[in-house]
Amino acid sequence: MADIKAKSDILLDIRNLRIEATVYPPGEPPKNITLVHDVSLTLEKGKVLGLIGESGAGKSTIGLSAMGYGRGGVRITGGEVILNGRDILKGGKEGFRKLRGREVCYVAQSAAAAFNPAHRLMDQVVEATLLHGTATRAAAEKRAVALFKKLSLPNPESIGERFPHQVSGGQLQRVMTAMALCSEPDLIVFDEPTTALDVTTQIDVLAAIKDAIRDTHVAALYITHDLAVVAQVSDEIMVLRHGRLVEWGGTRQIIKEPRQEYTNALVSVHEIEHQEQKPGTTPFLSVKNITAAYGRSHIKVLKNVSVDIFPGQTLAVVGESGSGKSTLARAITGLLPPEEGTVTFDGRPLANRLADRPKEDLRQLQMIYQMADVAMNPRQTVGTIIGRPLEFYFGMRGRQRDARVAELLDKIEMGKGFIDRYPAELSGGQKQRVCIARSLAAKPKLIICDEVTSALDPLVANGILKLLLELQKEENVAYLFITHDLATVKSIADSIAVMYRGEVVRYGAKSQVLTPPFDAYTDLLLSSVPEMEIGWLEKAIKGRRMASAGN
Amino acid sequence: MLDIKRIPIPALIGLVLTALFVLAAIFAPWIAPYGNGEIVGDVWGPMSAAHWLGTDNLGRDLLSRMIYGARITLFIAVLATALSFSLGAILGFSAAVFGGWFDTLMSRLVDLLMSIPTLIMGLVVLSVLPSNLVTLILVMGILDSTRVYRLSRAVAVDINVMDFVEAAKLRGEGSVWIIFREILPNALSPLVSELGLRFIYAVLFLSTLSFLGLGVQPPDADWGGMVKENKDGIVFGIAAALIPAAAIAALAISVNLVADWVLNRTTSLKGGRG
Repeated sequence: MADIKAKSDILLDIRNLRIEATVYPPGEPPKNITLVHDVSLTLEKGKVLGLIGESGAGKSTIGLSAMGYGRGGVRITGGEVILNGRDILKGGKEGFRKLRGREVCYVAQSAAAAFNPAHRLMDQVVEATLLHGTATRAAAEKRAVALFKKLSLPNPESIGERFPHQVSGGQLQRVMTAMALCSEPDLIVFDEPTTALDVTTQIDVLAAIKDAIRDTHVAALYITHDLAVVAQVSDEIMVLRHGRLVEWGGTRQIIKEPRQEYTNALVSVHEIEHQEQKPGTTPFLSVKNITAAYGRSHIKVLKNVSVDIFPGQTLAVVGESGSGKSTLARAITGLLPPEEGTVTFDGRPLANRLADRPKEDLRQLQMIYQMADVAMNPRQTVGTIIGRPLEFYFGMRGRQRDARVAELLDKIEMGKGFIDRYPAELSGGQKQRVCIARSLAAKPKLIICDEVTSALDPLVANGILKLLLELQKEENVAYLFITHDLATVKSIADSIAVMYRGEVVRYGAKSQVLTPPFDAYTDLLLSSVPEMEIGWLEKAIKGRRMASAGN
Repeated sequence: MLDIKRIPIPALIGLVLTALFVLAAIFAPWIAPYGNGEIVGDVWGPMSAAHWLGTDNLGRDLLSRMIYGARITLFIAVLATALSFSLGAILGFSAAVFGGWFDTLMSRLVDLLMSIPTLIMGLVVLSVLPSNLVTLILVMGILDSTRVYRLSRAVAVDINVMDFVEAAKLRGEGSVWIIFREILPNALSPLVSELGLRFIYAVLFLSTLSFLGLGVQPPDADWGGMVKENKDGIVFGIAAALIPAAAIAALAISVNLVADWVLNRTTSLKGGRG
């Protein structure tokens, strides 16, 4: 399709790009591995191309090659990157220096980590412009303020005076977009700019980025793993897997009529059929009027929260960051003793403090964490990690223990061969599965799942959710499922509690909570979940009744 | 599981040298050609077939003195280092895990000890207490443990807030499991690298004390003491003092080569399997 276009319209033309890296396996000679296999793409002026795929698909690596940059020892070993009619790979160091920050700019995933905390925002926003000498300081600052306005940042005149820690995550991401736009580049590489944000914040940032791209006629490479997001901003979409091109086409074609099986899997990934269970008569765990605060602070993180959990069912707790979801989990587990209120378990009150609870109570409540990497001791093998609860709670030893570990590994769909592996030798999804097995080993009545799928790719997350549902049926275990992702909630919950600023604003059976009429916050939350629908973003922004608390 | 061919050359050199020193120390009475205090020749005799390294300031065989010296030096340094590490690491980890008044009390006590220069503290204590091996090891071990305490507490504070430690606490594990099974394996890398250094500091500290006459008492001598005995010879162009000095340097380097290699292996999160 690229051949027919007039040559003058083409801004970026990547031909047969090959990217390699050297890995150093201990004890073996270093070897080269190919990360990107001969990928070609073209991008016209003012257009947006979405690069999507799972982690390890090479999307960031390809995106960064547009500015001739290889992250962490990655080398571009073949192909051409033609920008504005010249091959930038031949320009050498001087060439890159002239190119970066002027013709091509970059917006990183975590703006909080990408800004220098010691400098004011304005100094960082205009830095590239001044270094390239394309404008005077006064002119650059004027341009920056205009961009702040366009990205609908509050107080555009004075926000530049602030330091990075003085603005919210969503605002910082928009300031970073302003920084990229300030030197009036021809191309911007967006590397997962909204992935780390709450849904309610993401929608604002997305809308701001889309408007800015439209008004400044800049071209963009938009890298993400979320198809629904990329469908809102891009003209074309390129699906990548294992460093190879899977499918490339217009946005409408990719999401409506995917031609490849893998694309189809990505498009249809969020759907899990889950029949809601009717709540039983007696909850086995009920949280009554809990109020909690960190330290001796007057700011209450939880205000008068009450929820019930029924045997073998899932209660989903939804809300944006700072709404107190994880604090609720800490209060139930006893890590943060509540100031007021009680947690009743099997008809008797649970001790508030962790140290006062008997072993049997601890066994009944298990927890799975968001970051599986840090939730397992990196120095213990999978066998020790899963086997320890067996030893600790049931006194199992030796062969009996190993047999049970093997059985649990089987349950999480991993083979016996993993028993001697260390966590660093597992993939993200496998790590989370081992964490699930560890909590199941205790035979608990309740497992608290704290954002267990947030750090995973959609396809892998889907597998984890299916596994959790299956295990629920087999073991009759209840889940307290904390998440900010409403698609997950729809797939797994029996009842839902919506939290906002430490309070439960809506609570009931799933069908009831997700049926209109909604209160303002639930409406905002529901309408902010990106849908795989072209034009969804505009509709969602127009239909909103309140601004999100994250901004 | 350990393949000799896969050990890097520097580590191999370190291992061989360290092993030599240790063997010499263990089998000193059988290896040494002459007795420790036996006067067998002229004062500061030159190197010869009978006396490979020559003789010392009293006419004793230097090679034999070196071998017996290795025994005393290594014995004291190993025990003092072991004491300082077990004491410092256990107290440091406990302070990090328990926190509160225990942490405050221990940390301020250690600050107090560290505010007095180690050498002066050692001199004062050793000149008051009866001078024998036990007091020497205790004084060296306790003074050194303050450094280990600070390091292990700092490392453990970071590990103590990780999710896997929280998971262990939620499971109901006691402090012994948390300290030895959750924190210790993850704190091992900085501790091992510190161990290599601390051991050598112990050798040097012992040498300093002996040089000042407060360490090992004659006729026994550690290497530092032997430098002192023979230091006057340097003026006359006699190298006898340099030989124990060189032995200290060789031990320092070889122990650290081994420590570096152990460090490389323990930092691997994949069980060293690659």
